[in-house]
Amino acid sequence: MSFEIIKSNINFDFVGKRKFAYTFSGILILLSLLSLTLRGPNYGVDFAGGSIVQVKFSGPVAIDKIREGLRAINIENVSVQSVGDARENEFLLRTDAMETSADFTSRLNRSLEAATGSPVDIRRLEMVGPQVGSDLKEKALLAILISLLLTAIYISGRFEFKWVKSGIVAAVLGGAAYFLYTFNVPMHWIIPLALVVTLVLFWIFGLKYALGAIVALIHDVTISAGVLSILDKEFTVTVIAALLTIIGYSLNDTIIVYDRIRENVRKLSKTALGPIINRSVNETLSRTIMTQGLTLVMVVSLYFLGGAIIHDFALALLVGFVVGTYSSIYVASPIVLTWEERAKKK
Amino acid sequence: MIVLVVIVAAIVYCIPTFAPEVWPHKKINLGLDLQGGMHLVLEVNTEKVIEAAVERNYQELRELVRKNQIASLSAERPTPYRIAVKVQGRENIEKFKALMDKELRDLRLSSVSDDPESYSATLDLPDAETANIRKLSVEQALETIRNRVDQFGVSEPDIRRQGENRILVQLPGIQDTQRAKDLIGRTALLEFKLVDEAHDVNAAVQGSPPPGSEVLYKVDEDRATRRSTRTPFLLKKGTLLTGASLTDARVALDSQYGEPYVSIEFDRKGARTFERVTGENVGKRLAIVLDNKVYSAPTIQEKIAGGKARITGRFTMEEARDLAIVLRAGALPAPVTILEERSVGPSLGADSIRQGLIAMAVGGALLLLFMALYYRLSGVLADFEVLLNLVLTGAGLAALGATLTLPGIAGTILSVGMALDNNILIYERIREELRLGKTPRGAVDAGFDRATLTILDANVTTLIAAAVLYQFGTGPVRGFAVTLSLGVVASIFTAVVVSRVVFDYILNTQKVKSISI
Repeated sequence: MSFEIIKSNINFDFVGKRKFAYTFSGILILLSLLSLTLRGPNYGVDFAGGSIVQVKFSGPVAIDKIREGLRAINIENVSVQSVGDARENEFLLRTDAMETSADFTSRLNRSLEAATGSPVDIRRLEMVGPQVGSDLKEKALLAILISLLLTAIYISGRFEFKWVKSGIVAAVLGGAAYFLYTFNVPMHWIIPLALVVTLVLFWIFGLKYALGAIVALIHDVTISAGVLSILDKEFTVTVIAALLTIIGYSLNDTIIVYDRIRENVRKLSKTALGPIINRSVNETLSRTIMTQGLTLVMVVSLYFLGGAIIHDFALALLVGFVVGTYSSIYVASPIVLTWEERAKKK
Repeated sequence: MIVLVVIVAAIVYCIPTFAPEVWPHKKINLGLDLQGGMHLVLEVNTEKVIEAAVERNYQELRELVRKNQIASLSAERPTPYRIAVKVQGRENIEKFKALMDKELRDLRLSSVSDDPESYSATLDLPDAETANIRKLSVEQALETIRNRVDQFGVSEPDIRRQGENRILVQLPGIQDTQRAKDLIGRTALLEFKLVDEAHDVNAAVQGSPPPGSEVLYKVDEDRATRRSTRTPFLLKKGTLLTGASLTDARVALDSQYGEPYVSIEFDRKGARTFERVTGENVGKRLAIVLDNKVYSAPTIQEKIAGGKARITGRFTMEEARDLAIVLRAGALPAPVTILEERSVGPSLGADSIRQGLIAMAVGGALLLLFMALYYRLSGVLADFEVLLNLVLTGAGLAALGATLTLPGIAGTILSVGMALDNNILIYERIREELRLGKTPRGAVDAGFDRATLTILDANVTTLIAAAVLYQFGTGPVRGFAVTLSLGVVASIFTAVVVSRVVFDYILNTQKVKSISI
């Protein structure tokens, strides 16, 4: 017999524990939203504007000396942070200001060398003006909105073969978003509004699979963003890219479970939905754990070995994939059941 | 058969990355974050061009008013974009109106109060005209920057317009970012102006310069002590000649001290003007001004014919060379400001590649090992497919001429995970079918058939996310979207098509009683 991690005859009662799972998820989402709204996302240079300079000294230097060198050319309020191994003498300097004068690099170089007495190599420089920053922010939020929209259409169409309804949902959503946009409603309000509209429409039209998938999606992205915010990580363009990847990935997982549910519904038409869902989750569990485990190995190695620049990106993916696995088991499928039970009561 | 063709094509496309001379000569391009380089977003301050256009019209208007002897007329510029005119007296008003209709058709009357005895109007440029000026100045700036970069000698620069009045400049592999920025961002407006010797410079610096003159500075930096001194010059405002009349600018060496200077040559019209100006002003000083900084102000010894002049200023060879480049390429129509700058040194890029590859190798090795242990022979097959998947992704990058960035490497790493996912889906399904008591043949068929649909479904969502990322992203993020999509497509191909072929081959040729899965 083959080597197995998850035994084939396994049968956890996932669906039965859904009240507990909902509560747990609810708490996580609440914490995430609290952190995101009260503290606000910590926007990196990409979105807030400002400068990042990565410097490497040839010998050991004290952080105070670096600050001294920066003060000499009138750069105050800098965060100086060591990068990687301490023996590398590599630092990240961040400030809100943006220096566009043409000779900035050479002045910085000279001043740092004078203050620390060690030759310095400016390895990376990123300066983003406030205008470009807010443009990028707008673009990033728009990207999130569009991908949510597209995936919502895809799922409702593909899973329920109700392309007409999904078309209506899409049209209403797109129209509403455009309407709000022309009235200069800020993008970070349009997105939650659009999501609420989507959920309500799915509920009304009875697109239960799409409803579950979108709930799981919102769940994953919100918690991932929330964890990053709680850890006080910066939101950069690459972190947004990670969040968008999480959207794709979270769905990927959900779809695989749904596919199995549909197959079992056809096969076991006399059984109630609850046991079918539970059985489907159990049947795909081996695959879910295997895949997620392997993908996590890749992301973890990226996190630890990929270098400083890719660090936050890997962290976002790490959180997103763990949450995504959990939600495809405990959130996406149970929601289908919850909808079904509510619908029957009426 | 198709499988073989695809694999061979993929390998062929991967070779040039390691051996560039081999056909089809399509290497994988490395992004700025991996090979080092600079990314700049500049904004052309088109407002300045509009201001200048209004100023020109304003001067023309005053000139015309003087020529046509219109009395009791006052004209001023309350804002940089408007001219306000007030005329008294019936006759003067008639004359002015005639003038407006005949000579100043470009100007728009934005508000008019028309009484028989007193007429006042605010003039500005029509919207279509300002839009046109803006468009032309951005295009001209783009062209000028392109010329400068070409002459500076950067391989494969990418310079393009972005949005309304922004210019994106990407210079891969550039080391001296400071120098490149100087070269690109400099307006390089060369002007020749007469020194105002009738008034005292110091008085002008203390108080205000006399009308028609301005104070500009000459800045000298002592190389040894890095101290700079500023010497004020009082110059007459009228510009006699600009860099627009240059045909050539080159670096030459002073025969006496061996110091580099820039020798410039005027076109025919410029040469005539230069001859006239120097002829009329023998004994006076002529200042050479670049971007409002005085470079030198030699005394004119005699009339200079032939249209040649030199710009001196204690240049290093490099400075002289760059100055010659910007003068040859021409001035920017308006000053530009840097909105965004990202530069990565080549050493950091190399580190990024190394770390990315290590992460991929370590993670990948663990995965491959695990797959082989867990699914045994079938796992080994999956491992080969993952490697094939990497080759296909690389080939796709090279064939499409796409750029590999650091997030792109991350995308490849992720797609390794996804490729295995597809195999796992199929294998788990086959195991299930076997458990139900099917024959190997039946289990394989059922496994592939059932899993294929799921695989397609699941991957479409990743492709949707990648497509949105591609649309929204800038350089590095786009690289991620591209490698992720290529990886996903390749993994569908390897898991669904290649594995199937291998399984079928084994099942058809051997009498298989059990599958190593």
